[in-house]
Amino acid sequence: MAMNFDVNNIMETIEMIKVHHLDIRTVTLALSLRDCCGSDTKKVAAKIYDKITKYAENLGKFADELEDEYSIPIINKRIAVTPISIITESIDNPDFIHIAKTLDKAAKEVGVDFLGGYSALVEKGCTEGDRRFMASIPEALAATDRICSSVNLAGSKAGINMVGVYKTAEIIKKAAELTKDKDGLGAAKFVCFCNSVTDNPFMAGAYCGVNEPECALNVGVSGPGVVRWAIENMPKDADLGEVANTIKKTAFKITTTGELIGRELAKRLDIPFGVIDLSLAPTPAEGDSVAGIFQAMGLSDAGAHGTTAALAMLNDAVKKGGIMASSYVGGLSGAFIPVSEDAGMIEAARKGVLTIDKLEAMTSVCSVGLDMIAIPGDTPTTTIAGMIADEMAIGMINKKTTAVRVIPVPNKKAGDWVKFGGLLGEAPVMKMNNTDSSVFINRLGRIPAPIHSLNN
Amino acid sequence: MAEEKIIVTITGQDKTGIVAKIATTMYETGVNIEDIKQTIMQDYFVMMMLCNISNSKESFSTIKDKLEEAAKSLHMTIWVQRKEIFDRMHTI
Repeated sequence: MAMNFDVNNIMETIEMIKVHHLDIRTVTLALSLRDCCGSDTKKVAAKIYDKITKYAENLGKFADELEDEYSIPIINKRIAVTPISIITESIDNPDFIHIAKTLDKAAKEVGVDFLGGYSALVEKGCTEGDRRFMASIPEALAATDRICSSVNLAGSKAGINMVGVYKTAEIIKKAAELTKDKDGLGAAKFVCFCNSVTDNPFMAGAYCGVNEPECALNVGVSGPGVVRWAIENMPKDADLGEVANTIKKTAFKITTTGELIGRELAKRLDIPFGVIDLSLAPTPAEGDSVAGIFQAMGLSDAGAHGTTAALAMLNDAVKKGGIMASSYVGGLSGAFIPVSEDAGMIEAARKGVLTIDKLEAMTSVCSVGLDMIAIPGDTPTTTIAGMIADEMAIGMINKKTTAVRVIPVPNKKAGDWVKFGGLLGEAPVMKMNNTDSSVFINRLGRIPAPIHSLNN
Repeated sequence: MAEEKIIVTITGQDKTGIVAKIATTMYETGVNIEDIKQTIMQDYFVMMMLCNISNSKESFSTIKDKLEEAAKSLHMTIWVQRKEIFDRMHTI
């Protein structure tokens, strides 16, 4: 490797970190709990607690060391476990809340921000165990602080489980209702997917897939501010091919940095390095905004006509730059569009130019889906189910991951303001249309998997 | 074991004694200076040093603490980072 010592390179790196918020967004320990199954709640819980606290004991300590040595912030330390629906399936009369509280206790013991994997994979339908488990999700989210939950409801080769879609809409409503003193925060810790990813390090959707090894360290890097800065430094008449190329080069730099930290941390923890997930994940901090990238490209607001095209190019260029930088790019990799977490999107939603319909179109080309959107608390369950079904359909047909994380904020209506705090940010409650989806949704059943030829 | 190299970046108002103070701290902690570059950027004095800490008896964090202390007494900002982050980011 060339041992260059270039003043401009060093200043660029420092400026990316210090001014433009380049950071390691998350180091996530993926941990299999498949060996914790059993027939007794207490014994299973004890095995889970012991395994998590053993493997993750030094995660925080080593991450802090690396943060110091490389002067790059590592924002979150997290754990992703095997879907708990599978681990609890053989328990007689399972006490799910005890399991959830045990996970929460283990997360607090090792000092991680979130633990994901209170999850079920039901794209083809539910087992008896899945059914019992899913019913516990709202209470589990209300009874814990650091547990995240997810459900996979659809896939390109499975179709859409519409019974699951309806049940999920009920989960979302109830999770918000049980946490109404916190503006429905419970629903912000839950996400449903089409084509969920087994090595995603980002919350709320991280879990350790059943096909994953014993453990691995997955890393999520971010830096929308860095991409925006790189584009802003280009002439206003630079053509979009040049802009795409600049995004690729910037994504390369961000990804190599993430891989360096990830491999070093994995080495110190003595576990395998898994994947690097380069996802432009905004935060409410000034400048750390995906909407800011659209503005740098030349759109007045997120949601302006042209936003879907800008996002498609951004998402693709990010992946291309990332792929060049690492052999193990995985997770979701692309651009997130969580409304309440992005200062520019919050502003566009407040002005009314960023609507749910525009966001839905954007999710057909972004890396995930409808994310962190506050909706009126009295939105009917069947309407939420309709939103989910639409999003699942986009993912299923386009062979991509899509997701829904909406918060029906109890006692609030369109235009009201909601604050979730911290990285979850704040947003206006968005307007839904008043149409009725109930007959369609109540048909239930499963939407068949789509044809994978005759593409048009 | 591979050599351990760090990049030390110091910025702030130009004044006498910057190089002397930082270099003395490095000498005291067994840090070898391999290269120094300095420039003025937007009216700020910027100095970068490529150093080898392989032969130091101190840990990375002790070296960093002492250099930060020295920079503070000069009212300068200092960044002490392992060199790999620059190699990785700017090399294909």
